[in-house]
Amino acid sequence: MALYSEKVMDHFTHPRNVGIIDNADGVGEIGNAKCGDIMKMYLKVENNIITDVKFETFGCGSAIATSSMATEMIKGKSIDEALQLTNKAVAEALDGLPAHKMHCSVLAEEAIKAAVKDYYDRNGIAYDKSLFPDEECPHCHE
Amino acid sequence: MKVYADNAATTKISEHALAAMLPCYETYYGNPSSLHTIGQQAKEILEDARSRMAKCLGCEAREIYFTSGGSESDNQAILSAAYTGAKKGKKHIVSTAFEHHAVLHTLKKLEKEGFEVTLLSVKEGHNVKAQQVKDAIREDTCLVTTMYANNEIGSILPIAEIGKICKEAGVVFHTDAVQAVGHLPIDVKAENIDMLSLSAHKFHGPKGVGALYVRRGVPLLNLIEGGAQERNKRAGTENLPGIMGMTVALEDACENMEKNAAYVAGLRDQLIAGLSRIPHCALNGDPVNRLPGNVSFCFEGIEGESLLLMLDALGISASSGSACTSGSLDPSHVLLAIGRVHDVAHGSLRLSLSHYNTPEEIDHIIASTAQVVETLRNMSPVWRDLQTGKRQYIL
Repeated sequence: MALYSEKVMDHFTHPRNVGIIDNADGVGEIGNAKCGDIMKMYLKVENNIITDVKFETFGCGSAIATSSMATEMIKGKSIDEALQLTNKAVAEALDGLPAHKMHCSVLAEEAIKAAVKDYYDRNGIAYDKSLFPDEECPHCHE
Repeated sequence: MKVYADNAATTKISEHALAAMLPCYETYYGNPSSLHTIGQQAKEILEDARSRMAKCLGCEAREIYFTSGGSESDNQAILSAAYTGAKKGKKHIVSTAFEHHAVLHTLKKLEKEGFEVTLLSVKEGHNVKAQQVKDAIREDTCLVTTMYANNEIGSILPIAEIGKICKEAGVVFHTDAVQAVGHLPIDVKAENIDMLSLSAHKFHGPKGVGALYVRRGVPLLNLIEGGAQERNKRAGTENLPGIMGMTVALEDACENMEKNAAYVAGLRDQLIAGLSRIPHCALNGDPVNRLPGNVSFCFEGIEGESLLLMLDALGISASSGSACTSGSLDPSHVLLAIGRVHDVAHGSLRLSLSHYNTPEEIDHIIASTAQVVETLRNMSPVWRDLQTGKRQYIL
């Protein structure tokens, strides 16, 4: 019995969409090195559709796997659909995560939201601030 | 290639030790407390094992108490010395900041009961100096407890010097020697050790068995109430197969110590030299006074759990002091105690070797670690920030 599911290990050892987008339309960073994980998301947006997404992650296996899975789940989707993505959905798509690793999936959800918020800010699009995370590390305040 | 490099966590049992255990299940299965012949045969084996264990440690047979392992031995030694001291109004204990949790958590419990604990700093040289112990001892000190060698970073403490200081001060000296027994030459009399904890599975013996050495004349209170086993100090039917396996494993370890230590230290130095070539890393622990099998590094810009998982995928079993491997948000207290900041402590890797490892395996570890560190750095935003100057290198 391994610690992680086969899907988690697949996304961890062969992460999809790793890297940066030089002229990204939105960039979000969540977490801090002190806690042991940082996730950075880059979005390319055209006509409200996420045409490209890349990530960089400093963190454990599940942090890397959830980043990878989350990028796959929002690529080609609309901004509104991306905002609907929950950490639970990401974890389920990976066939589950150990209970003490669920906070890593929160990080992925929040990194996407932070990138969308950055996109909104850059383009002067109004939004409900309460729907977006602070830039603080989300799980440090659990 | 499969490489087991987590021998500080536990070791593979030796064939010799395993073979010595089987007759205790199949033939000498009696209870040493029973009066019949089968029971008395078991009793004979038990006492023979005690004598042989004592010989390996340089003490008398009656000074050896069999336990379930290192944690139990640590608990009994520390609680016993503390409660005995408290009867004389002495409620101060000296220890170090990088002890095992079996010691630290026991000390925390005593603090809640009104004891005062001084934890010595290990920042300088990733070790403790005997003078620090001397300076910390007070009129009301009832116990000094320091590990013999550190499980995470391999530093070997100046035990003989600390023993001498404690003897002169009239303070009981306990050492958690779980990582040292079977790997380093130990003579409890010459080193003035009053109590010593050991665990069989750290030197190719079975799991679930250990011992506590207590110098004659040092009071010992029992943790487990019940029968009169272990001279009334530890109730419970003796784990004879485990005790036999432990005894044989320790004899073999002591007999081959010089040869094995030289060989394993050679592998260790090969591994340290190889990993040191990876940029922005640092060796943890005392570089000179170091366990033969311990290699511990921090790599900047990456996180330890992902490093472990990728090494595991390449067939290498290692360990890390990162928060994600400890199940908490904080990295290892040992790495923090030697002064590693959180950011760097998360990127730690411990490889602990045994005489079963080979130079070819070490080459495989070096090549794999270099490759995995590079892969992880290439997807790390921290590493990018370091490379572009947005963040300053620590290592």
